[in-house]
Amino acid sequence: MAERLRRARGRDPLGLRRALSGPLLPGLVAAMALLAALAMAGAVAAAAMAARWEGGAAAAMMVQLPANAQTGPAAAALAALPGVAEAIPLERERLAALLRPWLGDAAGLPLPGMIELRLSTLGAGVEALPEAIQAAIPGARVEAHGIWVARLSALARSLEALAWLVLALVGAVAAAMVAVATRAGIAARHATIVILHDMGATDSTIASRFAGRIAFLAGLGAVLGAVLAAPLLYLLGGLAAPLLGNALAMPWGGLAALPPAAALIAWLTAQAAVRLWLRGLP
Amino acid sequence: MVRLEDITLRYRPGAAPALSGLDFALEGGSFTWLMGPSGAGKSSLLKLLHLAILPSEGRLNVMGTAIHAAGRKELPALRRRIGVVFQDFRLLPHLDVLENVALPLRIAGRGEQQLLADATELLRWVGLAERMKDRPEALSGGEQQRVALARAVVARPALLLADEPTSNLDAEQSRRMVNLLRQMHRLGSTVIVATHNEALPDEYPAPILRLEGGRLASHG
Ligand SMILES: Nc1ncnc2c1ncn2[C@@H]1O[C@H](COP(=O)(O)OP(=O)(O)OP(=O)(O)O)[C@@H](O)[C@H]1O
Ligand SMILES: [Mg+2]
Repeated sequence: MAERLRRARGRDPLGLRRALSGPLLPGLVAAMALLAALAMAGAVAAAAMAARWEGGAAAAMMVQLPANAQTGPAAAALAALPGVAEAIPLERERLAALLRPWLGDAAGLPLPGMIELRLSTLGAGVEALPEAIQAAIPGARVEAHGIWVARLSALARSLEALAWLVLALVGAVAAAMVAVATRAGIAARHATIVILHDMGATDSTIASRFAGRIAFLAGLGAVLGAVLAAPLLYLLGGLAAPLLGNALAMPWGGLAALPPAAALIAWLTAQAAVRLWLRGLP
Repeated sequence: MVRLEDITLRYRPGAAPALSGLDFALEGGSFTWLMGPSGAGKSSLLKLLHLAILPSEGRLNVMGTAIHAAGRKELPALRRRIGVVFQDFRLLPHLDVLENVALPLRIAGRGEQQLLADATELLRWVGLAERMKDRPEALSGGEQQRVALARAVVARPALLLADEPTSNLDAEQSRRMVNLLRQMHRLGSTVIVATHNEALPDEYPAPILRLEGGRLASHG
């Protein structure tokens, strides 16, 4: 037992298990991992919402033709507008069927011509579409539902981008944190590092010791963060389900990627910090 | 083995030089006493020779490598062939005595079995085999100095530098230390021993390199 302990110390000549220990670094990384998981889930949810709004029935617009307009030529004119994939005239029978619950069987009623537009995109061009329709068919009325959907979807896309930005920021802050922890470790083992360096230890040997230890601590923290994040994401997914139509899938892959990602960021940062410091020695 | 050509060392740019105009060479396999009063620059010269610092001016050649022209990446391999007994020992406080002695072998990437056997043998050589599980702080100054010697020679260095290796030893122990250094010399190491103890060279007559105020006062 004592022998094992002694050998373990031998393999840790810088004494990093003592110099770089305590719950601070893993704790901070756990918090970072939790934030990263939330950002990731946020991005996925925003993307799902945007996709739902952009796709299917939502990506449609109704145009009510003026009384004098001919359905066929109007549909052709609308189909030619940019951003319009298809212009489908609503058949008179279908329209009558739609209105029957409210109006009864009012066969003699003059029903306006209606054309459903399927939009090819919900991009910025959608905002300009009503004007283009007005210009193509003077007196046409545009039902603005599609535009609202376009705005919502643009918002969701922005939220998604923001969430990825937050994720990148969390990674950068984690790297900065690791750099500070590494510097503290270097300060605590300053004399020892100089002795090993003077005995012929290479920069890469010394840097790898630090990087290995710090990557281990960061990975440990990220595991903790991911474990804490899982139930939280499950609850949030449940809250978001009604907006999405179905429950949000748990980002298991993303959660599983957190510890290796944290360890990698920590390893790279510690390597860089130690090597930079060692450049000050001959 | 080592050659200095017009070497000057300043610890800070613009500061008074700790060493200046040093110009001499030491043969491979030689034994040299490095003498001079306190502050003469003995430790500074040894630091230069084991590449812990680089000269400010001049040309330094160690074991066939021109240090002034060498890249930083070439230095670690050279350092591994140099053993140093530091004036302040520099044992690692968080490692036990055996692990301290084994350190150069670990740096050299030696296998666990051979490394422990060699370190144990060297501790026996300096008479401290029973203390191998102790931390350095539990040892007397003289014992720490012997551990430092064991660590300096465990990797069979081509160049062995000792800075005041008898400063904490009584007369009997000093004789023993000089004897150990002699043995390393006989085994083929080039040995340089810094001391301000004028009586020490009587133990083992050898050429004396004398520094005064950072300059070479005499050599021979
Ligand atoms: N790290 C340092 N920074 C600045 N000056 C230093 C440093 N180390 C030594 N010096 C200066 O260099 C000069 C030579 O010092 P050095 O330690 O080499 O002398 P020494 O001959 O070994 O003395 P001693 O016998 O007391 O050990 C001294 O003036 C000292 O103040
Ligand atoms: Mg000295």
